[in-house]
Parts: sequence; structure tokens; C-alpha cells
Amino acid sequence: MKLQLLMGALALGLLGGCGEKPQNLAEGGGSRGSPAYQGTGVAAFTAPGWKAGDETSWVHELRARGQWGQNEYTRITPR
Amino acid sequence: MARMKFICDAERCIECNGCVTACKNENDVPWGVNRRRVVTLNDGVPGEKSISVACMHCSDAPCMAVCPVNCFYRTDEGVVLHDKDVCIGCGYCSYACPFGAPQFPSKGQFGVRGKMDKCTFCAGGPEKHGSQAEFEKYGRNRLAEGKLPACAEMCSTKALLAGDGDMVADIFRQRVVMRGKGAEVWGWGTAYGTNKNAKPEGTRS
Repeated sequence: MKLQLLMGALALGLLGGCGEKPQNLAEGGGSRGSPAYQGTGVAAFTAPGWKAGDETSWVHELRARGQWGQNEYTRITPR
Repeated sequence: MARMKFICDAERCIECNGCVTACKNENDVPWGVNRRRVVTLNDGVPGEKSISVACMHCSDAPCMAVCPVNCFYRTDEGVVLHDKDVCIGCGYCSYACPFGAPQFPSKGQFGVRGKMDKCTFCAGGPEKHGSQAEFEKYGRNRLAEGKLPACAEMCSTKALLAGDGDMVADIFRQRVVMRGKGAEVWGWGTAYGTNKNAKPEGTRS
């Protein structure tokens, strides 16, 4: 009986070594600090057009900024 | 939001180093450290190509895998950041990184290696957003200000694109379709997936 328990414990220990750490996007060391959409609280440097704490408005602001700032094809008539 | 990515369009980069300067200025990067640099292939030969290189914030970042003190973390937007209070400056990450992103400020007569410094996608660090401590350790947190990285926003030819992966891929795809060449995205496959995935569909190069 003792031998069986010992073997069982050993098997569990060995199986534990085969475990895999979660590899989700936000994992791997764990996210630290608050999310970016919470803002800095410094109004002078914050871009207008979104509300701090509102993730959706922050995402829209970054998308809009990326498009009008980086894609000139949105500003010209295609040939 | 998908996740933040960089694309450098080699057809447009003119090796002006504006991105390098913008990064150094915006983040008050110390002497001897360049978070971003411009690499020119076949320099001086007709048809030379330049690309702006920094941390690509890889999907499966090798630096995170090799760090013995687990100082790296990934934000919800896919930005790979690190905690300088945890970093021991061992340099393993610099050997693992395919882009040579991790930098080490050296001080003193013997060039003692300091804590690792790298591109943060202008997203600061674990300190309070916009705080002085965050700025001194990691530089500006433009993402929390609702802005994109300074290097990309300052790029005069818009060769360097930054932002949501879907958005920058769409912009690049549109460019390739319009000009009919230059579909190679150097570093994209290494950082975010295979080379097959790196090439936008329906384009010729």
C-alpha cells in the first residue's frame, strides 16, 4: 500500500513537470500597471477626441490617428 | 483592438534617421543607447534598401522566454515591456532578440552594464502612467495619451507605420496594390509569424 502511494506521488510529481504555462496574449510574466486607456491624467499632453477610462473611445482615437496620420490614400482621389 | 505592431516600408525609407532622433528626444534616451536605428542593406549600391529597426514587440518574444528573472510582461495591446526594478542586466535578452533591440547603458571606466533599455512602443512601464518615475525609467507614455509612437508619427515619408496590426497591414496592403511592388515586410515574419503570412495577398513584388 505504501509503495503504491509512493509510486502515485512520484507519478504525480513527474506529470507536474510536463505542465505548460499559459501563453495567452496578456499573460507570460503577467500584465503590470494599469491599462493604457486609463490615461495619464495630464490634460496638457493628452490627445483630444477620447475620454480617459473609456476603452472604446481610446481604440477609436488611435485607429483614427493612425489612418489620417499614416495613410495618405485616404486624403487623395485614387487614379 | 487586435494588437500593436510596427511595419517598416523599405520602399519608402530614405535613411533620414528622423525616427531615431524622434525616439531619443521623446524618451530622453541616454547617450550610448539607441532604441531605434536605421539599417541600410547594400549601402552605396543602386537599389539599396533601408529599414528602421527597433523592438518589434513579438508575438512569441524570445526575450521573455530567456529572461531569468521574468522582468518582461505583455500588455493587453500586445506591447512587450519590462520592469527595470526587476532586471538584473544579465544580457540574455540581447542574445535572444533577432532584432538587436535590448540595449545596455554602460557607465564608468570599466563600462559596467546597466539595466536593459529598449523600445516601449511609447507605452512607458509598470509605474503610474505619466509619472516622473515612469518617464525617467522608460520615457514618455504616448499610448496612454492617446497617441502613437513618436518614431512613426514623425516619419516624413510614412515608411514606418505603427498601430493596430490590422490597420497598419491594411495601409501597407493598399500601398503595395497601388505601386505594384515592394510587398516584402522585413522582420514581420520573424516577429509575428511565418513569411507566408507576412506577404499580403493579391500583390506582386
